[in-house]
Formats: sequence, structure tokens, C-alpha cells
Amino acid sequence: MEGKIRELRMEHITKRFPGVLASDDISISVGEGEVLALVGENGAGKTTLMNILMGLYQPDEGRILINGSEVRFRGPEDAFKAGLGMVHQQYMLVQNMTVTENIALGYKKAWKPMRLSLSEVRSRVVEISEKYSLSVNPDAYIWQLSVGEQQRVELVKTLCLGARFLILDEPTSALTPQETDELIALLKNMTDELSIIFISHKLQEVKAISNKVAILRHGKVVFSGNTDDHSSQDIAAMMTGHSIELPKNLDKNDSGDTVLSIRDLVVMSDRKTVALDHLSLDIKAGEIVGLAGVSGNGQRELSEAINGLRRVESGSISFFGKEIANFTPRQVIDEGMGYIPEERNTEGIVPAFSIRENFILKDASNPEFSSRSILKKKDIDDYSEKLVKEFDVRCPDIQTAAGSLSGGNIQKVILAREIERKPRFLIAVYPTRGLDLGAVEFIHQQLLAIRREGIGVLLISEELDEIMDLSDRIAVIYKGSIQKVLDHDEATRARLGVLMAGVKEE
Amino acid sequence: MITILTNMLSMCIPFSVALLLASIGEMFNQRAGVFNLGCEGIMAMGAFIGMLIPFSVGGGGPVPQVYNVLGFLAAAAVGAFLGLFFGVVTVTFRAPQGIAGIGLQMFGVGTAGTLFRHFVGGTQSIPGIPDIDIPLLSKIPFLGDVFFSHNGAAYLAYLFIPVAWYILFKTPWGLKVRAVGTNPRAADSMGINVSRTRYESLMLGGALAGLAGAYLSIAQAKMFSDTLISGRGFIAVALVYFGHWHPLQIMGGALLFTFAQTFQTQIQSMGISFPYELAVMLPYVLVIVVLSFTSRNQTTAPTSLGKPFNREMRT
Repeated sequence: MEGKIRELRMEHITKRFPGVLASDDISISVGEGEVLALVGENGAGKTTLMNILMGLYQPDEGRILINGSEVRFRGPEDAFKAGLGMVHQQYMLVQNMTVTENIALGYKKAWKPMRLSLSEVRSRVVEISEKYSLSVNPDAYIWQLSVGEQQRVELVKTLCLGARFLILDEPTSALTPQETDELIALLKNMTDELSIIFISHKLQEVKAISNKVAILRHGKVVFSGNTDDHSSQDIAAMMTGHSIELPKNLDKNDSGDTVLSIRDLVVMSDRKTVALDHLSLDIKAGEIVGLAGVSGNGQRELSEAINGLRRVESGSISFFGKEIANFTPRQVIDEGMGYIPEERNTEGIVPAFSIRENFILKDASNPEFSSRSILKKKDIDDYSEKLVKEFDVRCPDIQTAAGSLSGGNIQKVILAREIERKPRFLIAVYPTRGLDLGAVEFIHQQLLAIRREGIGVLLISEELDEIMDLSDRIAVIYKGSIQKVLDHDEATRARLGVLMAGVKEE
Repeated sequence: MITILTNMLSMCIPFSVALLLASIGEMFNQRAGVFNLGCEGIMAMGAFIGMLIPFSVGGGGPVPQVYNVLGFLAAAAVGAFLGLFFGVVTVTFRAPQGIAGIGLQMFGVGTAGTLFRHFVGGTQSIPGIPDIDIPLLSKIPFLGDVFFSHNGAAYLAYLFIPVAWYILFKTPWGLKVRAVGTNPRAADSMGINVSRTRYESLMLGGALAGLAGAYLSIAQAKMFSDTLISGRGFIAVALVYFGHWHPLQIMGGALLFTFAQTFQTQIQSMGISFPYELAVMLPYVLVIVVLSFTSRNQTTAPTSLGKPFNREMRT
């Protein structure tokens, strides 16, 4: 183990991908015991920059200096040796191996010529997890662990491999508010021994943990300075380039009839465990019900069960008075259900199809678009041109493959298709996940607009701000059943956070 | 009745060896994330090279055992080379694995047949390798015939099962193989060379497929023909799924399939009036049925199977 990292600098880093300038002459520096927050919207180039630092990508120009002397990392191996460790946003864990085996992958000391000394790795894991009070079970398989636990495994892994400089890429994106607080407290303790680069676009966290902040936009550093000298609002404005005021649901709804009524729904997960455990929920016409919860508590299974994509074991789903449990997806669509699915690239669109084909996916056999089994090219083109304009889909033309669009534009294509079909109800699952603020604003406006038309909306999200901004009522889901339903006015971040963590209110 | 059963069971072990070796090799490929449908072609090349060496020395007559061993070694080398070639196509050039595999299969079977006609000509038999009766154990009634009275290569192949298990689960290399087949991005971020590991496992898999082919020509059929492999390479690929990428379960699958095959030949030889076309189908139908009922176990499967890895590909 070598000495401390007193200073790490990246100077004039430039990296080009085909058609994209991902890093444009970026320079940053981090001193001993400092926490640098690297903030910026999606696609601003934060992750690319860190992948360069870890040797995963090679920069086209620029250099990296540690304690004043230049280093070249040809791969992550070299970065580890220099004492750098990164926790990626998508956890870099092998699902069908144990915690110990995952860490052994990088722990070369335990690699004997013909034998892997797993016991050596295991004792190192136990030692590190005790030292930093990061509790992990070294013998558990990764697929058995929750997201929060997997993140602890990532931290333990990085520390086991001797990291003295931590890079955390959006570490809180999958955590509950409580888990987030715990993580931040933990990281603050670690700064006695470590320096940290903390990537985030959640400004509360940035304010809570960092000494310095660097703001990236379109691959450039647009600002860097001390965190304490600037308010969250300032940082947000510099991040987006303009100030954005997300729309809020302010007008009271004069509650309509209940249109979707779910009673005692029981549904199994992919692993044949109970995913929804006698879940009941009512949604009225013209209201947005936000379903808050940490992902993995049954949200996916609920949206799939309503849309006929997952078998309902027992219980009922009554839609405008009609029982639709175990209908086929086609039947559910014909009942007037609109659906914005969780995985926009794989469930929401057919990526290889053009935008115009994706627009009519659900209506290809509708007389409006086909006659005698032949598609009506002209009508489809007109319809698509109209939607592209109305929903501001930024694309070369309607023949463009939908999969080549950015996340925000793909989501607009899906939204356009679902809303233009004039649904009687809409289920939106994580509709803004991973989108930048401009796209979020647009989608929020659209959701509020269809609510004003008297359509009920079930909004599934893990962003508390989104839920609190848009919902008339907020239901909290935990382990497959509804913990509690709160009116908009009764809900606070703290109260929702407690409920999401499974604590029952009396 | 007992004799028939003893006959059937005592054929099981030697007849399962080719399948076993090929599917263990294929298991290493798939654990590393590459499925090699060319297994059949590699086996054909292995079978040809394996019989060519003792044949060209002895001309079909008796040869010292060392030439049979040489035959096996040459088959393994050719197999490893073809595995390497498959790696160039699928790992470095990232060709679709299914198509590349079918290409390799046709290349291997075609080349082996052509070379055979050129260097050997017609059907020629070789003496092969003798059975070894293990002292004492082979004298045990029933069990002796079933387990302890086979050729040396069969014993070695079965001894290789625990070795394969050890390699996969207890060595650093096995750890790397499992990681690159399931989450190559994670493996890469831990400083593991994904391409190199895939190449290595393709070469090991190829060598084992070559040995499997040589076993068929040297130890089992004691001859070579165009139809010697007759789909065993493809069955081997199916057995890997069947056995959930685990050596012991793959062994179980290979034995089950071989048992079904010996069962159907026994039925025919006993003159039971049963349409032989249906009897011949039996083992293959069994594979399809069992495959359709085995659970899709996502917890052990190498989830990146079939996907080329490109570090700078942004997803």
C-alpha cells in the first residue's frame, strides 16, 4: 500500500465518441480529504469523465496527475494500483456469484496458481465491513440482495481493493431517503482517510456532503467553486443553463367516480415469491394518484398485472365497473387503458421500428390506419407528422428508428402514442427516470393536462418531488401492499420516507 | 432380464463419453458467454485427425498405444485451434455467434469428410484401445460390468468431471470465466481481460470437443465416416442448458441421453415389435421434452451468453 493521494488533477481532458463530444477540455482537481461534487444533467459527460479517470476509456487529449506527477491508466487495474476505486451507477456485480467471489475478482492477492483462496478474501471482507460498519453477508449471492445491500457490497469491494480515493456515480439514485441519509453520514466519516468524487444531480445531497462543486454541461465545466458559497438554486440554474420551474398540481379536484378499483390483488414475482400481497387501491376520474415506494416493492408487478402482462393469482381489478383481471393485453388496451411502461427502450417502443411505426403499434389494425389488411401510408404519415409537432419530438424525420432517439424523445413518442389514443385511464411507470429537466417539465405538463380532461392517472415513481408535485393523493407501497394513502396536503418528504421504509403509522 | 439390463447399463458409460467431453467443453464456452454451435464440426475434425494418426502408422493393423495417444493429442490441438479461430470471429470481430457456429459446423464436417476421402479413401477400421478391467472391482457381479470394465479413455473422461468442477468453481481462472459470461462489464471494471478469458475458454472448449471426436473414432467406433458424429455436437450444446451449466448435472444429462439411446437399440435387437423409426427418435424427443420442462433458472445462467462485449459501446 502506497502513500496517500494528496492531490488528484485531471487537465484538459477531451474525449470524442462518434458524433458526440463527450468531454470538452475538462479540468478538475481534488485535494486530500476533500469531497468534490460533480453535478450536471444526464448526458453532460459526468460518467464519461470518471470512466476516463478509471482507465475504462482512453482520453483523446489531456492528462491525469496524482501528487503532481503524470499517470497513465491503460485499464482499471492501473487505476486500482494507484489507489482509485469507483462505485458505478449500474452496480458492477456478477449476479450468480457470492459477495466473496465478486470481491475475489479484483483481489489478486488471493489468486494462487491453481487455487483461489476464498477464505482469505472472506476474512478481508469481514475486516473491512467491520471497520467501516458496512454490514454485508459475505456468503450471500448477489441476486439475493436488495439494491441498498448491493451498494454496500460495492463500497466494501472498492475498499477491500485498497482504494484511498473513492468515485461514487449517483450512489443514491436507488436508495430510500433513510438509506441516503445513512450513506451520507457514512461517507462523511470516511473523509478522514479518503478523498471522494461524488456524482449527483440531487442538490440537497451535494450541499450536505461536498466541499467543492464542479458543474458540467454538454461536456464542459461551466462552473467550479466552493459548495458553501452557492445556493442550491444557483447550482440548479447553472446545471441546466436556464431556470426551470416544474409545474405543480395546485387546483383542487372535485372528486369524480372511482374508475379503477383494485381489491386484494395477489401476484407473483419472477422468482415465484409473493410480489403483491392483497393490495387494494382506488383511483377516481380526474385525479393523479402517486404510488411512492422504493423500487422493487411490487410496482412493476402491479403495473404488469393491470395491463394483462402478469397473471393475477387472486383478487380483482375493476375498471369502469368491469372486471379486467387476467384479460389479455389486447383486451386491456381495448378497454381504454393507456400505459407508459417502466422500460421505455424495450417495453415502450420497438427500437428498430421507425417513429411512425411506433406511433401506430397499438392501432395497426384500426380502420383509421389500415384497410383490408394493408397499411394506409398517407394517413399514418399525416398522423405521425402531427404527433411529432404536437409533442415536440426532436428527430430528423418520422422514418428515424425510434431506438436512435435520446431517452427524453423516446418518452415523448410513447406519451404521444398513449395520449393521442384518448385513453380512459393512464398508468405511468417511472415516466421521467433518467431524463433531463427540460423533458421532465414537458412530461409533467402533459400528465397534468390529461388530468384536467378528467382522466385518472396512476403515477408510479421513486422521485418524491415528482410525486408531491403532481399527485392529488399519494399511496405508499411497501413489500407488495399499500402502507397508507395520504392526501396531498398531509404528505411531507419525511413522512413519506418513513412509510416507504416500512414503518407503520399507528 | 438382468443380462439385458447389464448390457444396457454397461454400454452407457463408454457411449456417453463423447457427449460428456463435448458438453463439458461447451459448458466452459457458455460460462464465458460464447455458445459454440460449431462443436459438431470440431468433433468431426477431431475424429478424423484422431483416427488418421494410428491408421497411417499401422494401416489398419495393430499399432503401439502411443500412436493412439498421439491421435488424441493431435485432435485436442486441432480442436483448440478451431476454438481459437472461432474466438477471432466472434470475440474480436463480434460476429453473431449462432451464424458463425453454423459456419464452423459445416466447415468442420465438410473438411473432415474431404480430407478423409483424400488420405484414407473408403471405410477402414483401426484396432482402437483395449478395455481395462480394474482388478477386483471388475469382478463384482453386475457393478463390475457396468462401472469397472471400460477403455482407459472413458475412465479419464469421467475423472475429468470433478476436475472441471474444480477449475470452474475453485480457481481464479474459473472465477474469471464465470464473471465474463455473466457481467463482462463488471469483470472489465475489475481489471479482467474479457476477450482473453473468452479466447482461453473457447480454446479449452475446442480441445475438449476435439478429444470427444477422437474418442468416437479411436475408442468407440474404431473407424471414421462422414456420419460418425451424427448430431452429437448439437446434443452437447443442448445438454449444457439441460445441466444448468454445472458439470455434475451435465454428466447426468449425458448419461440419461445415452441410456435412452442404448435402450432403443436394445429394443430393436430384442425384436420387440415396435416401429424402429419411433425408437430411434426416442432420445431426441427426450431431450426436447426435458429442455422444455427445465426451469429457466436465471440465478445460475450466464446472462451475457451470446452477447459480444465492447467496452466503449455506450448502452
